Amino acid sequence: MKKRRILIVDDERSVRKSLQEWFLEDGFDVETAEDGHDALRIMDSGPFDIFIVDLKMPGMDGISLQKRIQEGDKDATVIILTAYASVETAVEALKQGAYDYVTKPVDPDELSNLVRNALRQRDLSEENVRLKERMSEMNLATPIVGESPSMMRIMEMIRTVAETDSTVVILGESGTGKELIARAIHTQSRRRFAPIIAVHCGAIPETLLESELFGHEKGAFTGAQYRRKGKIELAHGGTLFLDEIGDITPKMQVDLLRVLETRTFTRLGGNKEIQSDFRLVCATNQNLEKQVTEGAFREDLYYRIKVFSLEIPPLRERGEDILPLARHFVSKYARSMGKPEKSFTPEAEALLESYRWPGNVRELENAIERAMVIGKDPEIRLRDLPLRVENGSSPDSASLEAMEREHIIRVMREMDGNVTRSAKVLGIDRATLYNKIKKYGIQR
Amino acid sequence: MKTAGSIYVTFLDPTPPPWSAELVRELGGVFPNPVMSLEVEMDLRPAYFPERNQYHATLILASLLRRLPDPGARILGITGLDLFVPVLTFVFGQAQLKGPGALLSTFRLRNEFYGLPADPYLLLDRTIKEAVHELGHSFGLVHCHDPACVMSSSTYVEEVDLKSDWYCSECEGLLLAGTTSAQETGGP
Repeated sequence: MKKRRILIVDDERSVRKSLQEWFLEDGFDVETAEDGHDALRIMDSGPFDIFIVDLKMPGMDGISLQKRIQEGDKDATVIILTAYASVETAVEALKQGAYDYVTKPVDPDELSNLVRNALRQRDLSEENVRLKERMSEMNLATPIVGESPSMMRIMEMIRTVAETDSTVVILGESGTGKELIARAIHTQSRRRFAPIIAVHCGAIPETLLESELFGHEKGAFTGAQYRRKGKIELAHGGTLFLDEIGDITPKMQVDLLRVLETRTFTRLGGNKEIQSDFRLVCATNQNLEKQVTEGAFREDLYYRIKVFSLEIPPLRERGEDILPLARHFVSKYARSMGKPEKSFTPEAEALLESYRWPGNVRELENAIERAMVIGKDPEIRLRDLPLRVENGSSPDSASLEAMEREHIIRVMREMDGNVTRSAKVLGIDRATLYNKIKKYGIQR
Repeated sequence: MKTAGSIYVTFLDPTPPPWSAELVRELGGVFPNPVMSLEVEMDLRPAYFPERNQYHATLILASLLRRLPDPGARILGITGLDLFVPVLTFVFGQAQLKGPGALLSTFRLRNEFYGLPADPYLLLDRTIKEAVHELGHSFGLVHCHDPACVMSSSTYVEEVDLKSDWYCSECEGLLLAGTTSAQETGGP
């Protein structure tokens, strides 16, 4: 265990000596200084955990020394030693940022507790900083991967909206990564040190959703044995993420609208109004506008949540993102499975790029995870990918040439028969593509 | 254990407590070093500070060290007087960390100090613990985190009662190892 360091600064030798012996017996590494200048010189030898500083000293007094110490380390723990007569000045030291003061002579119990508590507080503060850094790293560990112009635009919009407290609605097909976007907004916002609370509305029955969101008092319903805070209350200071908001019932829509208007709510079975300061981010894979027209979603709620809207395009519309995402997932699973990183064979790359990905990024991630589990080769091959091409043939049964022909036809169809654009998508030159068109008898 | 010489126990008050022989015998059971009584004549009046009505522990310890019978020995002084060091209101005792001298006061170990009936057995028990504690410091041990260990810090008498009169296995190990590295592994 690293020894704690204490610097004792007092012009009285007997005081320095007594405190030094006292703290040596406590296992501290103790240095002493007879005045402020001596202290500043000793401080060059390395950081101290605690400074015990006499208030009245010739030359530089305790408060001036405290200021000099805290110029070097604003979080330094300084305990002021004072005679009874100078307590008012010691209080001034507290205002300047001293941890506490003790009057001489000090009760040994008081001194021990003071130092123990100061160290505990210092440890907790340092731990807090470390945990926040760790949390921040964890959030950064799931980056948004994308090189397509549409994703670049979305990332720019995230940066813009994160700085505000506006409600955001994220639209996109299932598996496009709406929760990841919500978390990115939270992580980049001023609320990042408070929690982001996610509720998957579509997966919870209405009665349970009500209790999940608003919490309940003891005895509010059968089985409510304890008071429980709801997600809205837990999101205080942070972000509330309501996924699949298009799935909530008309009654829940009314309740939610009221919360959004007043930022207050009551727990089920309670009558006390509770305030919660949260930022709302919603997501849905449904067409909310259509739902409003059809009367399935309240217009007033729709306009309240649609302050800022982000539409995530499906993966098939941003082909440039497929391989970067695939490589990102390979790295992710290589790390978590303790396996070496893998590349893709050209055929596997071609398949990934041509597949339509109805399940979007989630499906791509699952496919890569499976390939990393079952693949024995240093490269991910066609047979490792569990994808079925459009005509229903599987890569396991199709020959490589048949696969290639199929793929070229599909790409050319998507590129309206344009050979140059098709060659670019396929990653080959025009001449090679012409040869293949001839070889496979492909009609242009 | 390295025997660093004898441990001399000296009672500094004109009349030693009735349990003085028992204390020496008990300490002999804790340390492998020979533990014996030593009679010294010391005038404690120069250590008295009338404005505090207490005795300066450091001055008494310095005087005690001058009476160390042989260089390799340790000396533990025991007094019924109230001790202090300049910055603290009182101390139960004082020892030189990894040094030959240690001192302890029974003044605040007595039940009567807290308005309770005298209890000589409890006083002996507390004195044994504090003697083992201060001698532990003189062997280089620092305060221990284990509240049951005799080396745990005690700033009030209830804490003395809560701990045992034995070293925890870690402190005992350090003591057996010659205690030279005690400070490297200890600490708050």
